[in-house]
Amino acid sequence: MKQIVVISGKGGTGKSIITGSFASLAKNKVMADCDVDAADLYLLLHPVVKETHEFRGGKTAFIDQSRCSQCGKCQEVCRFEAIDNYVVDPISCEGCGICFHICPEKAIKMVDNLSGKWFVSETKYGPFVHAKLGIAEENSGKLVTLVRQNAKLIAEKEKRDFVIIDGPPGIGCPVIASLAGVDIALIVTEPTLSGIHDLERIVGVARHFGIKSFVCINKYDLNLIITQKIEEYCRHNSIELVGKIPFDISVIEALVRGLPIVEYSNNQVTNEIKNLWEKILGI
Amino acid sequence: MIIAVASGKGGTGKTTIAVGLALSLENVQFLDCDVEEPNAHIFLKPEITHTEWVNIPVPKVNEDRCTYCGKCAEICVYNAIAVIKERVLLFSELCHGCGGCSLLCPEDAIEEVGRPIGVLQKGKSGSISFTHGKLNLGEALAVPLVRAVKRASLETHPNNNQFTSNNGITIIDVPPGTSCPVIESVKGSNFCLLATEPTPFGLNDLVLAVETLKKLKIPFGVVINRADVGDKKVDEYCKDEKVPILMRIPMDRDIAMAYSKGIPIIEVKPAYKKEFLKLYEKIEDLTGG
Repeated sequence: MKQIVVISGKGGTGKSIITGSFASLAKNKVMADCDVDAADLYLLLHPVVKETHEFRGGKTAFIDQSRCSQCGKCQEVCRFEAIDNYVVDPISCEGCGICFHICPEKAIKMVDNLSGKWFVSETKYGPFVHAKLGIAEENSGKLVTLVRQNAKLIAEKEKRDFVIIDGPPGIGCPVIASLAGVDIALIVTEPTLSGIHDLERIVGVARHFGIKSFVCINKYDLNLIITQKIEEYCRHNSIELVGKIPFDISVIEALVRGLPIVEYSNNQVTNEIKNLWEKILGI
Repeated sequence: MIIAVASGKGGTGKTTIAVGLALSLENVQFLDCDVEEPNAHIFLKPEITHTEWVNIPVPKVNEDRCTYCGKCAEICVYNAIAVIKERVLLFSELCHGCGGCSLLCPEDAIEEVGRPIGVLQKGKSGSISFTHGKLNLGEALAVPLVRAVKRASLETHPNNNQFTSNNGITIIDVPPGTSCPVIESVKGSNFCLLATEPTPFGLNDLVLAVETLKKLKIPFGVVINRADVGDKKVDEYCKDEKVPILMRIPMDRDIAMAYSKGIPIIEVKPAYKKEFLKLYEKIEDLTGG
């Protein structure tokens, strides 16, 4: 069983469009959406939720006003500027609990956070594990790890060949949690200076964690000069370029209809995504 | 006036809008808080005059004093410290720098040392004061670096005259999503612009961003990018929820081409300067001047 993650560094380069198409093309796999704070893949896979689980990601401090003597010690020790006027701002609180340990009146409790939910669903493409991080909640990395663990468990139990993961943008904690231990990272970039800048950073992160990465240029014909630069960059850094997908408005039309592009059109975009999947199968 | 430019979904035009607004208003302070993938410098091309490492405090154990009682490991909720028999193991990359272990160690055996997580850079781009952060590759925690970028701003550090802007406007380029780095970037703003696109993905992530801002109690308005493609559902949502749509930018190959080369929108289409100034007036109206 192989785990494949689709990431990008820069947001909006087409990760979910490509992952959605892989759902349609790949046989015998489990899908996972690890972009837990802006999960979109469900809009293409139309899941029927079979299991809903609560995610308790951490704790938040709560001050019992009836016991508080307003000594101010908690405010003094909090590094996250989360306590003001003897009240905890749950959004700023990182749950470290020093205030709880230090309070001489034992007026502070650490309360479990319901930080989100995760789901096991059935789709016409097979099992799908996804999640929804609560609004303004933390610990997205932990939730990503939960989604991945469960997708992997299902894949092992049902003897599936792949776990295909839609990753989040950026390079920080949820991205690292999405990348750790995968077999293949497909990096989707676009021919813009921002795209190439962010590509170099995410390649560095993948390398840091020893993950073999492959690059695909989406909307490659928007700027052929920068596409060429990305090709050179890949050559210089011994990264295989596995796909070049043209820009086409049909991608948006398919999205509006809630369909993976490969099920909507037989154009060049569809052909290129099919080639891309074939190449990944051959890795 | 602090204006954050955010979006649930990435690639909807945050940087285009933030840079366009900054260049139209002039003399503003610009903070790029997308420390994971900062891009605004590509467009503003600031002359960087100041670079510093940003550190977070992590524990260092004095083994001569340590009795291996395990108190530090017991209180660390981030699992950044473990005590096994006569050894203390540190996992600094998990440490949030809360300082609990050094404060609560009964033997006073833990001091804190700085661990670099990224750099902070400041400079000038014409009349614009520019600050951004760059997170080290492989580093998980973006929030402390976002906090450092925001501390460089005039509003939170009134003594920071060197980088003071003349007109008192700060524009913040926010990372995509709705989780901790986004909250840290947006917190304390007077207004938030939400960039979106008229597609199911754009709408889904806009709704999440709107819920986030409601929770933070920050007023907001929407800018629809590539406004003439996709469907009408973002418009319908905004109408139903009474979310003001403040600007529309059509799908335009010239704008996309300029973006790809790192050229700000108002350089290729100077008419947009007027649009961005109008946008600012609308924000002033919505925030009561």
